[in-house]
Amino acid sequence: MRVLAAMSGGVDSAVAAALAVDAGHDVTGVHLALSRQPGTLRTGSRGCCTVEDAFDARRVSDLLEIPYYVWDFSAEFARDVVDDFLAEYRAGRTPNPCLRCNEKIKFEALLDRAIALGFDAVVTGHHVGLVDGILQRSVDPAKDQSYVLAVLTPQQLAHTMFPLGQMTKTQVRAEAGRRGFAVAAKPDSYDICFIPDGDTRGYLTEKLGQAPGPLVDADTGEQIGTHQGHFGFTIGQRKGLGIDHPAADGRPRFVLGIEPVSGTVTVGGQQHLDIIRIEAGHRIVFSSGRMPDFPLRARAQVRAHGAAVPVRVELIDEVLQVTFDEPVQGIAPGQSVVLYDESDTYVIGAATITASVSAAGASV
Amino acid sequence: MVYLDHAATTPMLSAVAARMSEVQRDPLVGNPSSLHAAGRRARRIVEESREQVAAAFGAHPSEVLFTSGGTESNNLAIAGLYRARRAADPVRRRILVSPVEHHAVLDVVESLARTEGAELDWLPIDPAGRVLPEGFAAALQRDPQGVALATVMTANNELGTRTAIRELAHLAAEAGVPLHTDAAQAAPVLPIDFGADGASAVSITGHKLGGPGGTGILLLRRDVALTPWLHGGGQERGLRSGTLDTAGISGLAVAASDAQVQRADRAARLTALREQLATGVLVALPDAIRTVGPDVPQLPGILHLRFPGAEAETLLMLLDRAEVQCSAGAACSAGVTRASHVLLALGLDEDAARSGLRFSLGHTSTAADVAAAVAAVPEAVARARAAARPSPVGVR
Repeated sequence: MRVLAAMSGGVDSAVAAALAVDAGHDVTGVHLALSRQPGTLRTGSRGCCTVEDAFDARRVSDLLEIPYYVWDFSAEFARDVVDDFLAEYRAGRTPNPCLRCNEKIKFEALLDRAIALGFDAVVTGHHVGLVDGILQRSVDPAKDQSYVLAVLTPQQLAHTMFPLGQMTKTQVRAEAGRRGFAVAAKPDSYDICFIPDGDTRGYLTEKLGQAPGPLVDADTGEQIGTHQGHFGFTIGQRKGLGIDHPAADGRPRFVLGIEPVSGTVTVGGQQHLDIIRIEAGHRIVFSSGRMPDFPLRARAQVRAHGAAVPVRVELIDEVLQVTFDEPVQGIAPGQSVVLYDESDTYVIGAATITASVSAAGASV
Repeated sequence: MVYLDHAATTPMLSAVAARMSEVQRDPLVGNPSSLHAAGRRARRIVEESREQVAAAFGAHPSEVLFTSGGTESNNLAIAGLYRARRAADPVRRRILVSPVEHHAVLDVVESLARTEGAELDWLPIDPAGRVLPEGFAAALQRDPQGVALATVMTANNELGTRTAIRELAHLAAEAGVPLHTDAAQAAPVLPIDFGADGASAVSITGHKLGGPGGTGILLLRRDVALTPWLHGGGQERGLRSGTLDTAGISGLAVAASDAQVQRADRAARLTALREQLATGVLVALPDAIRTVGPDVPQLPGILHLRFPGAEAETLLMLLDRAEVQCSAGAACSAGVTRASHVLLALGLDEDAARSGLRFSLGHTSTAADVAAAVAAVPEAVARARAAARPSPVGVR
């Protein structure tokens, strides 16, 4: 097959490209330039964005003896990832820009262009398996990326290769070392690549400005303070609320809800954070392409680095109703819920959370 | 493999490689600045090379300075002339410069504007990217006393269009202003007569002549003051210190002599090939646009074509796969293709400026190369058009 290897300059995509070459595919390497000002984005294995990363990807391509190009996706990245990130925060939601980048850049803009140019598939270095079109957890649970890829449609997956699903990160690094890749020991990156200093709150304040609004106690309805912008808060956040007097019961308070129109941030006791049910009605994807039979026993994961917990799922009026066996904490609208099978090995589907219901009865 | 990117660099002439190898293997070639026999032997090679270069470009040997390449020659000439002229009279701050110069000129003048008070006077260009004598004369006449220097390329590296450099030099001399010209693209194929042309300084690079990379020439008149910026052993009239690369210079001289002997025949041959290429592509793709028409004075080996609706970066990749190598203009340090500043200066919009390819022919080019390119381009353009992305609104 003619395969396009998306090469970030990190060790994972380097080894993925190498395995595609080993498998006998006709591989072309492409590095995506995501910023118009090279050097302004964070470096690292997922940095994707700096002159050094482009150089590292080029050197790996040299060793693999494959053609290598840099494609400018800075306009698409600015529009579909950065602008979307800001718009989601402005609307009181908590987006995951890496998930969005996979969805809109790597497996939409890049994949579409690859197909149009005559490639059969895109290969990436994500830690995820793909068996008979179904996404599988990586054998390395600490590196598993199935959560951020579960939004991919069956059509997208049909043109995708993930060669690293059966390898741990340690094995990937060893393989890179064996092949003489200079990136074998390149450090991982964890932060958002377009926020170079890792200060998300500072970035949001700079981009969105200050938007003071009331801090309201969920139990009494009383305004107990003023904040400088609702986008500085995340559901479940405890620190940095700027409340000077304690709650009546003396217990700590947490962010329970964010209402973007009035800028109201609701805070209250931990019991309100115990979510027993969520609704997810946006961007529903079933990775097999077929709707499963409902109601359904499954496991649900609600954040990139969280555990998948047992749930019961129903589909009512095109909205997934996900009921947790045990309450979970800190769920924010805008996050994705990904459903796995009961043994937590493969992806059933994904959707965007639109509402949550707490044990105390509060609906956000 | 069809190599149509000779304007980027051209394969080394075998006579150059042979001569360099001979010098490099000679154990009796020392440092040309040394006074002993090995030094004298090296010095003789350097000076005979200088005489060859001077003869090839109509210069006196004392007007030939050896540098590390075209970029250094441009930097040395422009910054050196600016500093010397300002030191002699501080009111001289203006630099007359065309907007279609190579970055090795543009970035120098912009640096002087940022850090040394230079005022940049952008010369008008015609639709083919040329500075015309009328526009040049008008810019000079606005304030001749305040002009430090003028710099206008002999021929454009992306479009191939030629400037009437002798007329500009005459105007500059009348105004008492030194004119520098970047002749990197012109030197392999145009007759350069430094004495008669009248420019104060001319930049030439070795690798585009079929000589070695890392070698260059600055032709500099003896009566022009220049402030050096590489200080040290005082080589090259004290204007460019640094131990001379004897082998590289010997190869450069062979390449310069080759240009002197071959350029008339080569120009005729390349012009014919270029017209075959233009005709072949335009017959297959009638909506392609030839940026510089055949009647405009231009270099024999450069053809610039635009393919509306296709992105040059995509075309380059598809043609590379079809084993046809050409150029899409400038790329940034990370490797991203940029809209050509030359095309933008012509008044083209961003999409048009991203749709152009430069095909450049050279000493190894054949009719078979042209036929292969004519065969490959239409399919690549069709595919690139199918893959073209809409311009995101409000981002560019």
